Amino acid sequence: MVSYTLKRVGAALLTLLLIMAITFFLMNAIPGSPFLTEKSTPQQIALANAKYGLDKPLIVQLKNYVVNYLKGDLGTSLKMQEGTPVKDIIFHQGKFVLSIKLGLISLAVAIIIGIPLGCIAAYNRGTWLDGFLRVMTTVGVAIPGFVLATLLLATFAVKLHILPTNSGQLTDWKSYIMPIISMSFYYVCYVAKLTRTSMLDAINQDYIRTARAKGVKTKMIVLKHALRNSLIPVITYLGPVTAGIITGSFVVESTFQIPGLGKYYVQCVMSRDYPVIMATTVVLSALVIFMNLVVDIAYKIVDPRITLTNKEA
Amino acid sequence: MEETKKNLLEVKDLKVSFFTPAGEVKAVDGISYNLGYNEVMGIVGESGSGKSVEAYSIIGLLQKPGKVVGGSITFDGQDLLSFDEEQMRNIRGKDISMIFQNPMTCLNPVYTIGNQLMEALQCHDDKITKEEAWDRAVHMLELVGINNAEKRMTQYPHEHSGGMRQRAMIAMALISEPKLLIADEPTTALDVTIQAQILDVMKDIQKRVNTSIIFITHNLGVVAEVCDKVSVMYAGKIVEQGDVNDIFYDPQHPYTKALLASMPRLDEDGHERLIPIEGTPIDLLNPPQGCNFGPRCKECRKICLSKKPPYADLGNGHISACWLHFMEGAAKKEEA
Repeated sequence: MVSYTLKRVGAALLTLLLIMAITFFLMNAIPGSPFLTEKSTPQQIALANAKYGLDKPLIVQLKNYVVNYLKGDLGTSLKMQEGTPVKDIIFHQGKFVLSIKLGLISLAVAIIIGIPLGCIAAYNRGTWLDGFLRVMTTVGVAIPGFVLATLLLATFAVKLHILPTNSGQLTDWKSYIMPIISMSFYYVCYVAKLTRTSMLDAINQDYIRTARAKGVKTKMIVLKHALRNSLIPVITYLGPVTAGIITGSFVVESTFQIPGLGKYYVQCVMSRDYPVIMATTVVLSALVIFMNLVVDIAYKIVDPRITLTNKEA
Repeated sequence: MEETKKNLLEVKDLKVSFFTPAGEVKAVDGISYNLGYNEVMGIVGESGSGKSVEAYSIIGLLQKPGKVVGGSITFDGQDLLSFDEEQMRNIRGKDISMIFQNPMTCLNPVYTIGNQLMEALQCHDDKITKEEAWDRAVHMLELVGINNAEKRMTQYPHEHSGGMRQRAMIAMALISEPKLLIADEPTTALDVTIQAQILDVMKDIQKRVNTSIIFITHNLGVVAEVCDKVSVMYAGKIVEQGDVNDIFYDPQHPYTKALLASMPRLDEDGHERLIPIEGTPIDLLNPPQGCNFGPRCKECRKICLSKKPPYADLGNGHISACWLHFMEGAAKKEEA
């Protein structure tokens, strides 16, 4: 188990390094400069570039990033909040907390509503209920987030005036409702679809017949015997999604005017704030990698047949 | 009418059909038999003869589009076909248990053997304590010949061999001491040595817990080993039924004879050729007008192709559905 963990950590670091390199070259491939404004002269830009080391060869710049990251230094913002350490921007200004809060609640909603919906659909396969859920989940997966967010906003905030248009810092429960729905609806539907499919597969297995032959109650057959066996695809899906969802959604944060990390990330790319782009990408990637590890461990808990290391097999 | 001794299970004229888009498939077409207490009956037949469907309708596990369309099933004096799902659930696993063909897929892979064994008790008895259930499960595993039962309880199905799993399945089916055990080809998926062990376990345990068994198989050797009486099924009908010795030493129906001739025997001298049964089973969507076995039968007469044969009572509970029994020697030759 120890060597397994070490291997995974090593692989994770290597992956991060690769991601840094790719992000770095991609972001430099975008034309423009953080210092380019209507008034700036070429001399000023050159001076600023020199100050922040952007005049050095790309490979040297990349090396500097890596070395600084290893020291725990994420650099300072060039544009968005000039001179502020990136670390503070990401972790100390409440942006990340806002996004995490929204993300975790949306994730919980996706699991708490999506999985039971999938079970209900699978168990009532072929009935009107299943048909209704199938239409709903298909629509939910197909409808883009910004359409849903805008529709909600137009209906409940603008027309009916029961919910605030500006969710802001998410101070009261009302401000959570629309952002959560817009963020989680897609995931609810996707999880429901996944659960339904794998549940149907599980329900037709021989061990379900055995359970019925034992006289197990239908509810228990679904909840105990079928569900656990059908969770694997759902877990596979939810792992990386978790990382994505808690780092914020640009669309939702923009629509409801929540100053979260997702919105900020996109603004950084727009303004070529290189250190912030880099840091946000690395943090997000680290989260994805970490969630993948969590998923692998969750597999093992759900299905005892899965071994994490070759030695265990 | 022999109503002298009460039977555990009485199946009368049971008909089960599958309603498919192509039409009604009469998987079980009017079968009747009685099973006494402590009796082991074999149901033999080739694939698709309706053996399993018949068993599933007794325990109420028939899946759509299958449906019981006629007849009656009386179990311990109760009419099973009148029971609703909840009543059937109470009977399943408690009074009637079932073990299945493939032990590799019949145990839930994500729960321990112990969990699954104890569940069989717990789902019929809310009051039973965990310790009690555990002890009975361990005892049951020991009874079916699993060593180290305490440790095995905490292991998962994939940590057991096929034979072990089938033993665990048997333990699970018998843990609540059912009156009837339906064994649907319990040894088919196992290799021959393990088969013999499993049969020994079943014979042994049948005596200990006093349960009746319906043993479904296509293996006549298995039947000879464990059964008291035998029903031979062909295309949804019982063609011959009787005491195990009568069926093996004095088979009357051409299908039974052909089955016996198609399997190797140890008691015969030399190297006799095995005789296969020519042709394929009938299409149950379009059953023939006459005897179902008629088209494949070597002794087929004209009447066999136009009218279904009734049962001939050959004494000692031995019955056979064949026109040959109704023809005198002379008439037989003329017909041919």
